[in-house]
Amino acid sequence: MNVASMTINPSLDTARADFPILNQEVAGKPLVYLDNAATTQKPKAVLEAMQHYYLWDNANVHRGVHTLSQRATMAFDEARLKVQRFINAKLPEEIIFVRGTTEAINLVAQTMGKRLVPGDEVVISALEHHANIVPWQMLREERGIVLRVLPIDDTGQVCLDQLPALLGQRTRLVAVGHVSNALGTVVPVKTIIEMAHSQGIPVLVDGAQAIPHLPVDVQGLDCDFYAFSGHKAYGPTGIGALYGKKTWLESLPPWQGGGDMIRSVSFEKTTYSEPPAKFEAGTPHIAGAIGMGVALDYLETMGMAAIAAHDEMLCRYAADRLAEVPGLRLIGTAADKSAVVSFVMEGVHSHDIGTILNSEGVAVRAGHHCAMPVMERFCVAATTRASFGLYNTMADVDALVVALGKVRHLFR
Amino acid sequence: MTELTDLYQELILEHNKKPRNFHRLEPHTHQAEGFNPLCGDRLVVELSVQDETVNDIGFVGAGCAICMASASMMTEAVKGQSVAAAMQLFDAMHGYLAGQGTVLPPGKLAALAGVREYPMRVKCATLPWHTLQNALQGQDGTAKTE
Ligand SMILES: Cc1ncc(COP(=O)(O)O)c(C=O)c1O
Repeated sequence: MNVASMTINPSLDTARADFPILNQEVAGKPLVYLDNAATTQKPKAVLEAMQHYYLWDNANVHRGVHTLSQRATMAFDEARLKVQRFINAKLPEEIIFVRGTTEAINLVAQTMGKRLVPGDEVVISALEHHANIVPWQMLREERGIVLRVLPIDDTGQVCLDQLPALLGQRTRLVAVGHVSNALGTVVPVKTIIEMAHSQGIPVLVDGAQAIPHLPVDVQGLDCDFYAFSGHKAYGPTGIGALYGKKTWLESLPPWQGGGDMIRSVSFEKTTYSEPPAKFEAGTPHIAGAIGMGVALDYLETMGMAAIAAHDEMLCRYAADRLAEVPGLRLIGTAADKSAVVSFVMEGVHSHDIGTILNSEGVAVRAGHHCAMPVMERFCVAATTRASFGLYNTMADVDALVVALGKVRHLFR
Repeated sequence: MTELTDLYQELILEHNKKPRNFHRLEPHTHQAEGFNPLCGDRLVVELSVQDETVNDIGFVGAGCAICMASASMMTEAVKGQSVAAAMQLFDAMHGYLAGQGTVLPPGKLAALAGVREYPMRVKCATLPWHTLQNALQGQDGTAKTE
């Protein structure tokens, strides 16, 4: 079942109609959903595809010869092709289905980590989500590796000029986010990859916030690994993908052990499957993979270039409008930004802002956004974050600004 | 959902703006730190206790209006009280906000009752009280709202 056979509006102007959940009231006001960096809503096409799978095709994959199993297997394999096409991977077997970005990064940390020895180094940036910090810290505990951190400047952009000093003989990996979830900074990963590769160092990119907003071409970037989550790109929760260059996936040891990841098992010796099966032990989230595939089709139909332009326009408009709010300070003002505005308001804690905005129907995130080092860098405990999706409009930004007026009024 | 003004009552906004006993207490006999990692609310409560009586209390920290007002009102409520009475107030506040009791917290503290309708915010109001309890029980470490 593909998107073409369903009712969607191949235009951002009317995309809102594809997301029934947005058509509701919260606290007696029309819902204005501005928490897309946490998770996006799902278009009908995704929900229908997943329901269709469970209603008609449900069976385990790569096992039975019966019709349902064949259908399930075909749909599952097709989803892998969709991911491959969406990020322009060379081969479908370079796509590993995982639970999400977090699991993808842990997979690399755990498998590559087996070969690391004390003193080996991993470089991350000060913008990272906890998901791209903690797995490396765990390796530090387990294997005595050294974690080096590329600093960020006052706009929230990484200090590229400081990267060469961090790359050395013992650097085994650079792991860096493509777009910051806390500030929206678009990180120049292509340059980072070139710099690392010039010294033979592989690069993992955390693309959780990039996939829904920017065209991503893993061959163009030449990254070694690329991780993302389905649920932040209009797909379901519980599914994501890890892209890995074939040579890497062949050379890394397997991760979890179980069914599907082996070629033959005897009690004396087990031989492992080739990638991707090698890294996909156990029954996968079949419906999730199908849903994510349809979500990526949906994005393709809308056009990633159009989406990127739309997100950037909203981001700029929001920055301009928010500048009108007395006592409001934007955190993260990099030249290259995507779909996120993070801010603090003098004399009002972000938690209070979040509650008051909710009473106006406006859903935002208040807190540290799983990026406590970023908060520390800007000397704030927390920020309020509005993050945009393809269905958001300038009117949504206006509603945010009006609601912030209510905050000012209450805390005058 | 209840009205926003049930949560942000005048008294709460006023205490947030001008918190009472907002200072360190030197010397003190009891102290504890409270931290809510979810939202970053953080405070220190210090007490001077003699003959089982809270002679003085102060707090410092930063947090949302609910947390700051709760801490400020707490210091007013327990100052001059016996330790046993302070612990009873903790029970009353905690019990009510956790949705167990139906008896409103006494006096001005009743202004915090509206927080109960906002489950995501209950911990903001109870953090200072957990910190007080830890301080009085002489427990080391940082109070959490669990
Ligand atoms: C930049 C970034 N990396 C990683 C993650 C973790 O994603 P997930 O929770 O879907 O595994 C997130 C999600 O918040 C994110 O924004």
